[in-house]
Amino acid sequence: MANDPIHQFQIQKLFPIEVGGLDFSFTNSSLFMVATVAAASAFLIFATGGRGLVPSRMQSIAEMAYEFVAGMLRSSAGTEGMRFFPLVFSLFMFVLVANLFGMFPYFFTVTSHIIVTFVLAMIVILTVTVYGFMRHGTHFLHLFVPSGVPAALIPIVAPIEVISFLSRPVSLSVRLFANMLAGHITLKVFAGFVVSLSAMGGLGVAGAILPLGMTVALTALEFLVAFLQAYVFTVLTCMYLNDALHPSH
Amino acid sequence: MEAEAAKYIGAGIACLGMGGAAIALGTIFGNYLAGALRNPTAADGQFGRLVFGFAVTEALGIFSLLIALLLLFA
Repeated sequence: MANDPIHQFQIQKLFPIEVGGLDFSFTNSSLFMVATVAAASAFLIFATGGRGLVPSRMQSIAEMAYEFVAGMLRSSAGTEGMRFFPLVFSLFMFVLVANLFGMFPYFFTVTSHIIVTFVLAMIVILTVTVYGFMRHGTHFLHLFVPSGVPAALIPIVAPIEVISFLSRPVSLSVRLFANMLAGHITLKVFAGFVVSLSAMGGLGVAGAILPLGMTVALTALEFLVAFLQAYVFTVLTCMYLNDALHPSH
Repeated sequence: MEAEAAKYIGAGIACLGMGGAAIALGTIFGNYLAGALRNPTAADGQFGRLVFGFAVTEALGIFSLLIALLLLFA
């Protein structure tokens, strides 16, 4: 199939590296992860380099990004949550820049692979679990027993809370990955309609305007989704960190 | 039944889940508009929650679309 919508997600080895039977190859996915980190770092270093009292345009974009994430963290995890700001800000910038990079034609979308988003989600969940136990000890387990629940209901409520806690890394990673994957496949499918309709000639070319318009609209929607999913990932991270800081609801 | 035919039927059935997400998104935006028209000054403050609810709900519709697409192409 000439326009296979899955083809864009294939991982290609750029520099094959193998250490002790394990595959450490530098792939196109690695290349775009490096590019994402480099672009985000270069932007922030360049934008905050001047450090003017009256911010330049670049500096105000960087300040807006800082204030946006800081406001999110303060409102859901309190001022105490600001100690996690470096983690949360890095996650937000990585996911946002990776999502936006994926919108360029012929670029690889790093976040469209479940393993990448799953590792990001595991970083968050392990931070929450380890920090929660370090700071509160066994008191952290109060997370599973919401305050104000009658004693008779605890045997029912506690397992539900445990299951909801365990499903967090899955839902957090699948949400981001599925959104990026489905969005890019949908774009490709509609773009494929343009090709196959215009191959029919005459009336087909005239009819191809409809899927072409749809592709343009979907591209705009995908930019919105790229930002929105980075936002949602960060907000949920903040909420989970709040659990680690204040376990007894 | 041939496996190929079952694949297409399965993809069609999986898309039904998107109807649920459509109803849910309609409820979210409808209620937001109803609240915003009653108290327009409070509307802007709730925009973040609207977008958050949209993204979390839309993800469930995307999950069923994902299943359909994987059945068709993967």
